[in-house]
Amino acid sequence: MAPQQSKYAPSRRKVIASGLAVTTASLLHSPTRAEVEELTKTIFEITRGALPRYGRVKLTLPELAENGNLVSLLVNVDSPMTTDDYVKTIYILSEKNPLVIVARFHLTPRAGRARVRSNIRLATTQQVVALAEMSDGTFWQGGSSVIVTLAACIDGG
Amino acid sequence: MAQLPVRIILPSTAKKGDIIEIKTLIQHAMETGYRRDDVGKPIPRDIITTFAVTYGGVEVFKADFNQGVAANPYVAFTTIATESGELVFTWLDERGAATIERRKVTVS
Amino acid sequence: MRYKLGICVFVGVLTGADVAAQQRPATPLPGSVFQSPEARAMQSDDTSNPAMLWVEKGRSLWTKSDGATGKSCASCHGDLQTVMKGVAARYPLVDQKSKTLMNIEGRINNCRTDHQQAPPLPYESNELLSLTSAITYQSRGDVRLVGIDGAAEPFFTQGRALFEQRQGQLNLACVQCHDGQVGRKLRGDTVSQGQTHGWPAYRLEWQSMGSLHRRIRSCSIGVRAEVLPYGAPSYLALELYLAWRGGSLPMESPGVRR
Repeated sequence: MAPQQSKYAPSRRKVIASGLAVTTASLLHSPTRAEVEELTKTIFEITRGALPRYGRVKLTLPELAENGNLVSLLVNVDSPMTTDDYVKTIYILSEKNPLVIVARFHLTPRAGRARVRSNIRLATTQQVVALAEMSDGTFWQGGSSVIVTLAACIDGG
Repeated sequence: MAQLPVRIILPSTAKKGDIIEIKTLIQHAMETGYRRDDVGKPIPRDIITTFAVTYGGVEVFKADFNQGVAANPYVAFTTIATESGELVFTWLDERGAATIERRKVTVS
Repeated sequence: MRYKLGICVFVGVLTGADVAAQQRPATPLPGSVFQSPEARAMQSDDTSNPAMLWVEKGRSLWTKSDGATGKSCASCHGDLQTVMKGVAARYPLVDQKSKTLMNIEGRINNCRTDHQQAPPLPYESNELLSLTSAITYQSRGDVRLVGIDGAAEPFFTQGRALFEQRQGQLNLACVQCHDGQVGRKLRGDTVSQGQTHGWPAYRLEWQSMGSLHRRIRSCSIGVRAEVLPYGAPSYLALELYLAWRGGSLPMESPGVRR
């Protein structure tokens, strides 16, 4: 078998560039007012100006993520999930990702319970918010903060 | 997009009224659009944007993804076992290409 | 340094112990032990482990006809689950015909060229990763046992020498981290024993399944050494040594790694 040079082989240039990117990103990513405002703005866009209440939504994320590429998420909303009273949509929102909205999960009373698991990306250490829109039009939110570290033994150096 | 490798875990039988959890995985890089290749050229965004599930023809779950969803998207959700029938899982990428999988569940 | 080395040699001679035996960790620890609780949970749950996408794809490739002969893997071997049980735990091994050291990837491509008359699959291609993952998965839980005597001996000796040889701009040998510093922190990492029983594995950094050679290449990059091509004889020899070094650890591929 002839050994193959793969397209995955990182070039010297890429290795240096990604190292720089990591350094620059960590310098730039102290919480800024703009980021917090972006998250708040998105929340109010979704709620059409209504103030979401805290509670009923439980967002579970690891306290520390070794790599932001994959962070396991569990969201639970306290709801009877009946035809008169159920969770319509759960929004997963990030404070410091390039795009605030990570995902939306649309549920129906046929879900039986409002529980969704997924894996998300986190660009850096930040607050993550789960915002639930109920069938009665009210909004509830819960949050969790995650410390995102980067392992030492990465291809980028 | 050809049919992508997927993995769907659900019980093949259930009791009527039971809440069953369905776990799904699909092989997709979820390219963010923020990365660059070896020569510095931006790699265009390429993601799955929606994932929808029907049960007996009725939509019971739907998700919209952005690039913040991890590669090889994993979603687990619940549904009430209402009747014996077919569940249809559809993933759509942003160009509209679909991966469709079907699973049967027997409800007693 | 010279003094310390002298003592090592002296003790070895004095006790008459097998020098090789001393270089195996007294308590081999699987790679998963050094991962986060979340990664460990993901590895132990086949229903959420993203690596299973490759295993399942490999299962379907096993029965797919290919090449001029139109044969599939199953045409010759039969049922994947039955015939491949425990096989990956004995690899890499010396191929009787070519007298070369072969890992699972090499064996798959050897089958392709010789029996299917199909072109070899490139390393890290989705197909080769999938087949390797599906075959290796059949040995999950099996004790790894590779041959290091006879025809395998020169490869084993070469692998051990590579493990102990300082290399790269950082002038580090594998053994210095993966023996001398195990359990200690290297920035965000916990230094592992460098056990390979979880490979191929799903690596969060890559957001994909990857081969052991891709992981070793990361080590080469890490110590600023020459990054060798996939399937390079040196990496193969190292793969054999590492497989032996894990002792009686059970196979745990597909692993989930940070």
